[in-house]
Amino acid sequence: MSESKKWDWDTSEELIATPSEWKTKFARVQEPYVGPDGKKVAAIVRNEDGTYTACVNGEAWENTYDNMWNLKFGPDGRLTAIVSEAGEWTLAVDGVPWENKFAYVWDTKFNEDGQTIAVKIQQDTRYGVAVNDQPWENSFEHIGKYVMTPDGQHVAAAVQAVPLREAEVFKFKDEGTWTVAVDGNAWEKIFTNVWGLDCSPDGKHVAAEVRMGLYDYTIAMDGEMWPEKFNCVWEPVFRPKTSEALATAPVRAAGKWTLAVNGKPVWDSKFVQCWHQTYSPDGRKLAAIVAPSFGQWTVAIDGKLWATTFNELVQDLTFSPDGKRLAAIAKDDGHWKMVVDGTPWPAMYDMVWPPVFSPDGSKVASKVEKGGKYTIALNGKPWRECEAIWNPVFSPDGKKVLVRSIEDGKYYRRIVPVSEF
Amino acid sequence: MAVPATKLKEKKEIIDVGLEEGAARLTYEKIEQVINRVITGEMAARMKVYVDTCIHCGMCSTACHYYLSHGTPEWAPVGKVKQTMWEILEKKGKVSPEFIKRASIIASTECNVCRRCSMYCPYGIDIAYIMATVRRICHLLGVTPQYIQDTAHSHSATMNQMWVKEDEWIDTLQWQEGEAQAELPSLRIALDKEGADIMYSVIGPEPKFRAQLIYQAAILMTAAGVDWTMPAGPGWDNSDMAMFTGDFEIMGRVKRTHFEAAANLRVKKIVMGECGHAFRSVYDVGNRWLGWKMPPIPVIHATQFYYELLKEGKIKIARKLKEPVTLHDPCNIVRGRGLHEMMRYLVNATCENFVEMYPNREQNHCCCAGGGVINCGPPWKTKRVESNSIKAEQLAATGVHICIAPCHNCHGGLDDIINTYKLNMHTMFFIDVLMKTMEIPDSLKA
Ligand code: SF4
Ligand code: SF4
Ligand code: SF4
Repeated sequence: MSESKKWDWDTSEELIATPSEWKTKFARVQEPYVGPDGKKVAAIVRNEDGTYTACVNGEAWENTYDNMWNLKFGPDGRLTAIVSEAGEWTLAVDGVPWENKFAYVWDTKFNEDGQTIAVKIQQDTRYGVAVNDQPWENSFEHIGKYVMTPDGQHVAAAVQAVPLREAEVFKFKDEGTWTVAVDGNAWEKIFTNVWGLDCSPDGKHVAAEVRMGLYDYTIAMDGEMWPEKFNCVWEPVFRPKTSEALATAPVRAAGKWTLAVNGKPVWDSKFVQCWHQTYSPDGRKLAAIVAPSFGQWTVAIDGKLWATTFNELVQDLTFSPDGKRLAAIAKDDGHWKMVVDGTPWPAMYDMVWPPVFSPDGSKVASKVEKGGKYTIALNGKPWRECEAIWNPVFSPDGKKVLVRSIEDGKYYRRIVPVSEF
Repeated sequence: MAVPATKLKEKKEIIDVGLEEGAARLTYEKIEQVINRVITGEMAARMKVYVDTCIHCGMCSTACHYYLSHGTPEWAPVGKVKQTMWEILEKKGKVSPEFIKRASIIASTECNVCRRCSMYCPYGIDIAYIMATVRRICHLLGVTPQYIQDTAHSHSATMNQMWVKEDEWIDTLQWQEGEAQAELPSLRIALDKEGADIMYSVIGPEPKFRAQLIYQAAILMTAAGVDWTMPAGPGWDNSDMAMFTGDFEIMGRVKRTHFEAAANLRVKKIVMGECGHAFRSVYDVGNRWLGWKMPPIPVIHATQFYYELLKEGKIKIARKLKEPVTLHDPCNIVRGRGLHEMMRYLVNATCENFVEMYPNREQNHCCCAGGGVINCGPPWKTKRVESNSIKAEQLAATGVHICIAPCHNCHGGLDDIINTYKLNMHTMFFIDVLMKTMEIPDSLKA
């Protein structure tokens, strides 16, 4: 949001580039990606000599590489790609490779403002994370999921800290091999498994879902397990806007799921499934995707269900910035729908992308697909059909929408007043 | 080709450290407590109905390849239930550690949960379900064969079956892409391409041992002009040995990872490679444990995908295989999904001379590798192969040298049978057949 204040919200239409013409310049052109402010469109391209580079607004990066993948724009508009040269891999940012090279690099992540960029690395069969071109001092047997604090100051990862040989089944389950590393420093405690994790917004705490032995699941915070054990858990999230460390996770007991905070159930209701819990930005409301009965999916907010259920899937649960509204996408009888505060938009789609709220929460927009064509729908009303389109962004005053689309092979950046939907 | 009379070797005790050490740690109290927790908390009502309904008629016996190969009652489906679940229920869980070890051996290495026997039972009793519940109890008691337990551990740690590390996975795809580009320069194995039509998922052994299958899939996708992608991170493996050890919590976690990879990539459907048990785990067991009645993102097995591509004219056959072939119907996609006629369409479209094996379709004999049995590893191999002499006879009777089997475990099981019984035969996947027979448009060639 803070970034978007600086963007051009006045130029109503700008033809940025024509990616369809890039085929004449390069041997191969991959699918296009666009920058957050819409001013850049880029694709990985292959030259006639077999080398790779990125083409941004029609101009190729100066450097070429033996291989290249995972083109990603960061929130600050810098363009990254994972590149290899002479058998070594690294991250290239706006065409400039990091100084450090590794045997392998993958899974690029950005912090909120994009100033911190991290990747997982492998060197000499040891694993870790590199943050802004600096590898962690410690390396591990392997690495699992990792997360970064919004300010980019801390990175936490699930890591395998203890080696394991083939078929060492008792060592694996009795002694454990996995733990959590925060900024490269492993917790002392070793677990059988460590999966999803979260950092508290202030960066002071890390919580992770763990298994001890084959049957005891719980959440470990800062290396200490909750005393409560469950049949299963899913990944925790921290409650924002509080000085307390409140790790919140779905837990399963006696075949039913509910939500627990620091080990204690917070909702009376129990479900066939419960996951993707999320707090409103002010931390006051807690919602989750749930299955109240087998094959029926909906959303529970502070334990209460939406009136409508969907028979296939609910995902991308999103609070409005003011926390008053809640949207998710749902799949029902083979059709995708946008559901806002429990009410689906009348239109059904072949695919729906995550909901985007206007800053005041009064509007919801999203990228949608029907019959192979894409558009933006705002409060259920579609804009015009395009060959390709990217997620919408509301202007800070909520009156306009940044629409990034490709029509007839041309990439346009448009500022569309909300009234035009 | 006649099957040489292989004499069954003297039955000697097989030592499996997973079972020995697991059983050594048990107490009677622990066993009783766990069993009663399963009986009261987890067991479906149908278990009691099954046990009460069975009239011990033995009609299920001749359904089972173990019985047909050994001929004594302890190998009959009802015999296996009698030695395990009946005792467990009758004694209300008051059974010995030795009993649990034996129950684990029966449920994990003497039943492929292939579900052939339920077709023969006049009451449709689902013996595979009963055996799976015995495995669940053994899992909760920590008495599971070592190798399949190791595989379940791999699933838990890496979300794939073979301890494939995240970078090794991506590296393998890039390697296969590079190789295949020599054949078709425009070919690409697009990683994490959001909004592609199809996510293609495979099983752990493909990147580990059979990377050429990924190469071949990429050729097929390119020739058919399919918009496809593969996940760069966990979720690429659709297989699930945790389902077969009875570790349903890990099964669910693996399935969730797979489906969420597809949902996050916004694909319309998942196409999975030629694997039977993986199909069962995504289409029936794992999805349902999570609360999804059907797969939340539609999943189709590779054979159905090839069938659709052929029917829609997206791939064309340039030349048919001349050598006679037979077809092994994998239980999990035939009894489990009814894909047998589609497979016959494929064979007839690609092969000049198709010789059915008998019995076939949903009556086909299992390969004896499935249901996690081959994953119990080397200690159990001889027993597994000896327990399927009926399959050797069935294969030999076709008189052909090629057996198409669209399932990884079937391949493993059939290859072992072919080698042991010295059948002059080799196995092929459908994708192997397609690579030899389909047309590659000139415009795509190097
Ligand atoms: S192997 Fe198949 S036929 Fe034999 S008991 Fe098990 S499920 Fe029944
Ligand atoms: S056929 Fe059915 S009723 Fe007869 S013994 Fe087998 S399981 Fe029991
Ligand atoms: S491996 Fe193949 S034949 Fe054997 S049980 Fe599985 S699907 Fe059936």
